[in-house]
This record gives sequence, structure tokens and C-alpha cells, in this order.
Amino acid sequence: MPPPANQPNIRVVTLNIDGQDLSAREDETIIEVCRENQIPIPSLCYLEGLSVWGACRLCLVELAGQNRLLAACSTRVAEGMRIQTNTERLQRYRRTIVELLFAERNHVCSVCVSNGHCELQWLAQRCGVDHVRVPYRQASYQVDSSHEMFRLDHDRCVLCTRCVRVCDEIEGAHTWDVMGRGSDCRVITDMAQPWGDSETCTSCGKCVQVCPTGALVKQGTSVGEMVKDQHFLPILARRRHTI
Amino acid sequence: MSASPKIRVATTWLDGCSGCHMSFLDMDERLIELIQQVDIVYSPLVDAKTLPDHLDVGILEGSISSEEDLEKALEFRRHCRILVSLGDCAVNGNVPAMRNHFKLADVINRAYRDNVTLQPQIPSRGVPALLSVVKPVHGVVGVDVFVPGCPPSADAIWYVLSELIAGRRPDPSSVTRFGA
Repeated sequence: MPPPANQPNIRVVTLNIDGQDLSAREDETIIEVCRENQIPIPSLCYLEGLSVWGACRLCLVELAGQNRLLAACSTRVAEGMRIQTNTERLQRYRRTIVELLFAERNHVCSVCVSNGHCELQWLAQRCGVDHVRVPYRQASYQVDSSHEMFRLDHDRCVLCTRCVRVCDEIEGAHTWDVMGRGSDCRVITDMAQPWGDSETCTSCGKCVQVCPTGALVKQGTSVGEMVKDQHFLPILARRRHTI
Repeated sequence: MSASPKIRVATTWLDGCSGCHMSFLDMDERLIELIQQVDIVYSPLVDAKTLPDHLDVGILEGSISSEEDLEKALEFRRHCRILVSLGDCAVNGNVPAMRNHFKLADVINRAYRDNVTLQPQIPSRGVPALLSVVKPVHGVVGVDVFVPGCPPSADAIWYVLSELIAGRRPDPSSVTRFGA
């Protein structure tokens, strides 16, 4: 994210990522530095312009001298850090995380409106997930088609909460929230009422655009037709910071 | 005939739409190059009625939805050195597995009673019994190579077969993905 205006004195630190010596502002996170330097780190819940959530664990990295893995999105850089972003151990964990996401709900790519435009689908391919080793849960989830413009399919939801954060932080409506625990956890509109009955929803569609999968889509889209456009987000986020 | 023996390949379709086999045929003129190197000894595309022994590569399209699918998958596993799951139905259950959200009896009633106006009846002769849960192929037998896609493109199938013929282990994620 671009720096807010009128910054106090921010120091620069030097660190090493995957063998590259880099410098960064001390208020930056590891994932921000990686993105600036074209070091690819997979992520689902992290999205530039929204607050950090740290839930998906796909951006885990290894820090020399520490056995615990760190989420690159929620860890600030520090002087002298030596970071590895793509070790065999990390690849193994990422693969497992993606497989568990596929196994939990019903991501049937071939009949999904987001087929070909889905971040989960890309991640699976990038992480080498050519099959899911755990049994599928085969649980049924609800679809909410009550909104006249948009549709929510919990089958495709990965609980990244981008919709919750964009609605609260950028649109300022806070229509979305999260309820339930474990596999019953789901995103809700207002007090778990049908989306179409929501009194707070402004129908701006920001939640739909930031959703990484086919969980939030436009009504009337067919297989592969739901293309998302997130260009608005960094622009609006920057303006919010400069006010 | 070339001096080196040809690689013996068998294919079959389980619960799928045969689209993956159509994609196989979409290799077009490369099929001629392919049969210089492989013998397709058993397949819906050829005439053999029984699965021969000692096969190098077995290719399965479709998911495990019936007792017949299960038997075929077990037989392929016994006969083939390398077993390939071809396409999303074989790899992850895909559309056939969407019935797993319903009880099998409800699915059968829906298909053969609820929507039938003339002599509704559940077929029992000449058709294999459905399993209560549809599984990907690797849910019942070990699988060596997974080629996702609905269907995988002819290029993806060509790449995988070329690598297997060359004795290498293909990396299908470099050429295809779920839903491709």
C-alpha cells in the first residue's frame, strides 16, 4: 500500500529474501516488500488496500534462526532478516492448505461462473495441486440469490473475509460479517438475514469484485463469465489514507 | 516394426461424459506419431473386449460412481504399471460427484420416478448398481499421474503421454488445471 502522507521519520532496513539483498521501509510487511520486488508469494486473504487478516496462511515464510513460520502479510520487516519464501517445506504446507480448501466445500471449477478467473484455481495450479489427497467433505452449503444484482454461494467461499473488510473499510457499510465456527463458519449479511433484505447494503458490488473465487458473483453470469475487476481498490484505499 | 517394443496403453471411461476421450482424439495428426510408439490394446476407441495383462499405462476417465466403475478401476490398477487419472471427474469427482449432496435413493427417485410420466420404474437389469458416494479414482485405487481439466486439452494429453513414453514423470500442473 502506498505510504500515508505526512509520515513521521521512517527508517530504512536491509534484509535478505531468497538470496537477494533488499532495502525496505521499517513499517512495511514482508509481503509488501516481496510484491515490490516481484518475489511471488501466494496469498488469498491478503489484498493490497485492505487491512491485514492473516487467516489463509498461504503466505507463510521461513525466517532464519526461527523454527516458527511467519505469515508474510502480518510480519513487519526488521534489520538483518534472512527470509526464504519458497522452500520445500513451505511448498508442502501451501499445497496442503489449498487441498484442504478444496476438500472443505464444493469448488467444482468446471461448472463455476468464476472458472478461468479464480484465484483459488490459479493457486492450485501454481502450488502443483493436481489432486486432493484428503477425502472431500461432501457437505451442502446454501446459496443466497435474494439480492437482485448479486449472488452468494457458500460452496465456493474460502472465508478470506475480503468482502467483510472491503465493505467495512472502503464502502463504510459493514453489511458483511462472519458467524459460526469451524466448518460451519460463514460470511453473513446484516444479522444473518437474506442479502436481498439487507438495509445496510448499498449494492456497490465491491465485495463481489474482491472475492477471490466464485462465492460472490453477479447475477446472470454463466460458467466462466464472472470476471472480477479490483482496480478501484488501491485508488480508493490511497484516497482514504490521504484524507 | 521398430526394434524397441511399443508401450502398451489401455484406456476406459467410468462415470464421465467421454469428453476426455474426445480431447484425446483432438490430438489429430499427432495420433499417427503416437501410434508409432504405443499400442492401444484396450479402449472405447478400439475393439478389444477384455483387458490384457501387463500394461505399461492405463488411462481412466470419469469418477467411481457404480460397482462396475469400481471393478474396472481395480482391474486397471492390477494390470497397469502406471495409472493415469484423466480429467476432472477422475481427478476430483467433478460433476458426477455433485450428487453426493443427496441420498442415493432420492437421486434415483428423482431420475426414474419423480420426472417420469409413463411407467416409472427403477432399472435393475443390465445396469450396474450405483454406489452411495461418488469418489475420484484415487479414492479407491492408487493413481500415479493426475491430469486435471474438463476436459484436459489435447496439448496437455500429448505432453503427459510424451513424457511417459520418454520414461519421465510429467508435471501436469505446468499445462492444465482443475476446470481447464
